[in-house]
Amino acid sequence: METLSHIVFWFFAVLTVGSAVVVVFHRRIIYSAFALLFTFFGVAALYVFLAADFLAASQVLIYVGGILTLIIFGVFLTAKITTLDIPQQTHQRYVALIPLVFLGAGLFVLFLTTPWTHSQPPGGPTTAALGRLLLTRYLVPFELASILLLAALVGAMRLARYYRSRED
Amino acid sequence: MIGLSLYILLAPLAAFLITIFFGKRLPRGGDWISLAAIWSGLAASLYLLFAHVLPSYDPAFGETLRFDWLKWGNYRLTVGINLDNMAVVMLVVVTLVSAVVHLYSVGYMRGDKRYSLFFSYLSFFSFSMLGLVLADNLFVIYAFWELVGLSSYLLIGFWYEKDSASDAAKKAFVVNRVGDAGMLIGILIVFTALGTLNLHDIAAGVAAGQLSGGLLTAAGICLFLGAVGKSAQFPLHVWLPDAMEGPTPVSALIHAATMVAAGVYLMARLFVILTFDASLVIAYVGAFTAIFSATIAVAQNDIKRVLAYSTCSQLGYMMMALGVGSYQAGFFHLVTHAMFKAALFLGSGSVIHAMHHALHHVHSEADPQDMRNMGGLRRKLPLTFATFLIATIALAGVPFTSGFLSKDAILGGTLAFAMEHPAHWILPVFGFAAAALTAFYMFRLVYLTFAGTFRMGHEAEHHLHESPKVMTVPLVILAVLCFFAFYSLPALNPTTPAGGWFAQLFPNPPRAYEAITAAAAAHGEHAAVEREATVHIHRVAHNAAMGISILVAGLGILIATLAYYWKRLSPALWQRRLGIVYRGMYRKWWIDEVYDATAVSGSLLLSRIFAWFDLAVIDGIVNGTAWLTRSYASVEGWFDLRVVDGLVNLTAWVVGTWGKFVRIFQGGQVQRYIFYTLIVVGLLVLLSVFQGMS
Amino acid sequence: MHSLTVYLCISLALFVLGLLAMMTRKNAISVLMGIELILNSAGLNFVAFSRFATGNLDGQGAAVFVIIVAAAEAAVALAVFLNLYRLKATTEVDKASELRG
Repeated sequence: METLSHIVFWFFAVLTVGSAVVVVFHRRIIYSAFALLFTFFGVAALYVFLAADFLAASQVLIYVGGILTLIIFGVFLTAKITTLDIPQQTHQRYVALIPLVFLGAGLFVLFLTTPWTHSQPPGGPTTAALGRLLLTRYLVPFELASILLLAALVGAMRLARYYRSRED
Repeated sequence: MIGLSLYILLAPLAAFLITIFFGKRLPRGGDWISLAAIWSGLAASLYLLFAHVLPSYDPAFGETLRFDWLKWGNYRLTVGINLDNMAVVMLVVVTLVSAVVHLYSVGYMRGDKRYSLFFSYLSFFSFSMLGLVLADNLFVIYAFWELVGLSSYLLIGFWYEKDSASDAAKKAFVVNRVGDAGMLIGILIVFTALGTLNLHDIAAGVAAGQLSGGLLTAAGICLFLGAVGKSAQFPLHVWLPDAMEGPTPVSALIHAATMVAAGVYLMARLFVILTFDASLVIAYVGAFTAIFSATIAVAQNDIKRVLAYSTCSQLGYMMMALGVGSYQAGFFHLVTHAMFKAALFLGSGSVIHAMHHALHHVHSEADPQDMRNMGGLRRKLPLTFATFLIATIALAGVPFTSGFLSKDAILGGTLAFAMEHPAHWILPVFGFAAAALTAFYMFRLVYLTFAGTFRMGHEAEHHLHESPKVMTVPLVILAVLCFFAFYSLPALNPTTPAGGWFAQLFPNPPRAYEAITAAAAAHGEHAAVEREATVHIHRVAHNAAMGISILVAGLGILIATLAYYWKRLSPALWQRRLGIVYRGMYRKWWIDEVYDATAVSGSLLLSRIFAWFDLAVIDGIVNGTAWLTRSYASVEGWFDLRVVDGLVNLTAWVVGTWGKFVRIFQGGQVQRYIFYTLIVVGLLVLLSVFQGMS
Repeated sequence: MHSLTVYLCISLALFVLGLLAMMTRKNAISVLMGIELILNSAGLNFVAFSRFATGNLDGQGAAVFVIIVAAAEAAVALAVFLNLYRLKATTEVDKASELRG
């Protein structure tokens, strides 16, 4: 049984990272967008492995169902006749790599060398516990988040409207 | 007595102060105030003479008044009055001549537009001269010396509308100043060496040997320089002939009788401290002046000029006398000369007054003072003529006159000196030659003026008349005093003043240097023999001089008579014969021209140099300062423009350039910004990693 | 093999890739996708720590908020991008450089 979970785990890990690579490097946006879908799914699976069931479900619902949908809409709305951009899709890719490499290497080393503290999770379904947390300890952030969502909603509507009114 | 002398001194001062302020408002212009002051002064002086001096009959008679005036440190300056025989005699002389001149001026200056001012000045002069005579110390003498100089200036230039008069006044003052500078040096030497300026103390100090040798000689000569200026000796005589521009009463009072005599008076007062060398200098200057002026007088045509040069000549006699040690003779001549010279001047004034009036009537522009325009005036001005003639024979040295006595005494003394010091034989030669010339030119003057016929026509001659009494009475008074008798009492010897009161009261005082040598040889029969020899020489000399002087005087008169009365000799012929010599005599030996070319031109050159200096250097400095300020301002302006503004501009440029540089990083591309951020964050992470590792 | 470090490495990989996308992709939507990758990596990080290190559900709570914010931000960003497209007729981020120095 151990070995199976490991294999599944690694499968989802590779899926996630591989999709992310596709997202970053593929020339055509629509392919990047769909690869992003798989990335989200992969992350959701990893959440399951981390015993975050509610979170995995939320991830799929919101990210895939909401954000990704938005992105794809955006891609379609802003697509040109020739979706293929002119050859130079990225610029100075190599220059950007340098600090990234250093950063990545540095962080990697950090992760490996830091003596993390270890503790056991409570286990069981998390939904109720999370709900309880949100409404007690994290009540203020919860409320703020709702205000934030409201603001974003209003703002997005306004921006879109502006767009349309210009047309008129 | 002192009190009375103070009155004599201050009465004219009071008269001056009253007339100068209120003269014009007083009746007759206030002349009676001046007259009252001076005549009462004369009365007081005569009282002093007859009631005190003569009764005491003592050469050492005298009274003094002294009080401290200034005190500073160790020095004290005491001033006061010294009233001795000489002072009293001088008081009489000064007040007498002044009083007589005051009276004369009432007539002579009648109608003048500044009539009362004239009397103010006369009073002021009288005060100054009396102060000089009464002073007992050199400081006060110097002060009054300058005051008489001032009076002289004011009176010479009384008719200042005439350029010649104001020029003459300035000339008199400036030339006197030259002499006064020397006098001041002499005073300073005396004060430095002796610490006092009182005459008695000076004499005592010199006798004690505190001031001697070369320094004493120098002091004597320097003080003599003042006398040279004041008494118009060569080479400072040039002012006196020009001073004739003043009214004739002024000439009579100041430039004949009193002020010019102040130099002789000073030398007489200082007689005791004169060294042998100083005395020699005095004698030679005097002798030379005597002959020099006499030669000029011979060739002059202006009546007052002749008399002026005659005055120079006679003053030279007095100096010569003092130089050879004949103190008595010198002072005596001062007194007699005052009388007859004043008479001569006032007489000439009478002549000029008449001539002026006559020529004015015929509307002639001829010079009323030129003798060539005169002639035969004895008929129209008999009293003037008589008094003038008496004064003339006194001046010429004819026996039975006072002038004979005094001049003879001088010549005798000079001859005796020459016999004792044969090296100085020229002195008596000059003396006798001058005597001959004096006789000649005076009689020439008399003949040209009073003898013969009037040369300006009958019309003018008709208007000639004698002067009013106020003018002729003074003439008479002075003429009377020209006789020997007044000075020889009680002896009445016409040949010598010895035995008279004058000789008694004024014996020759021994000079300091003589006292020293005399003290050395005072004892023993050798000294007695020497004294005996000296007396013998003096007697021989005196008799010889008397004879010679009568001879030369007679010679002079004879030649004058031949030329101008009997008309046997032709003056014109002799003028041609003498050629350059005559021209020299006529042209005053070109002394004025020499001074003009040297001193005057030199002073003008000096002033031009200073003017140049002031304009070029001083103004140059001022302008230079201004230029400097402007240059500095322009430099500062450049600085402000270039440097200060430059700094400001530089700052702006730096900011701009930095901005341009920084702008490169702000391209507006967000991804670039992300990149920059990443770099920094990466660095931070690395840093913390390394920190954590170490 | 199922340890904190593995999850951290995975999240690191996602993070680096997301950063790369942000920095190098020309299309604005691509940049947004990169942002989403980064947010995901952050969330994964939180949950991993919650599971292995802290012993409570704080990490998961944080991940919830991350999701919320990501959603809001994506919405707004797309609205902005649409406007940009309308204005400039392009979606290239390089073209939106009016705010330059």
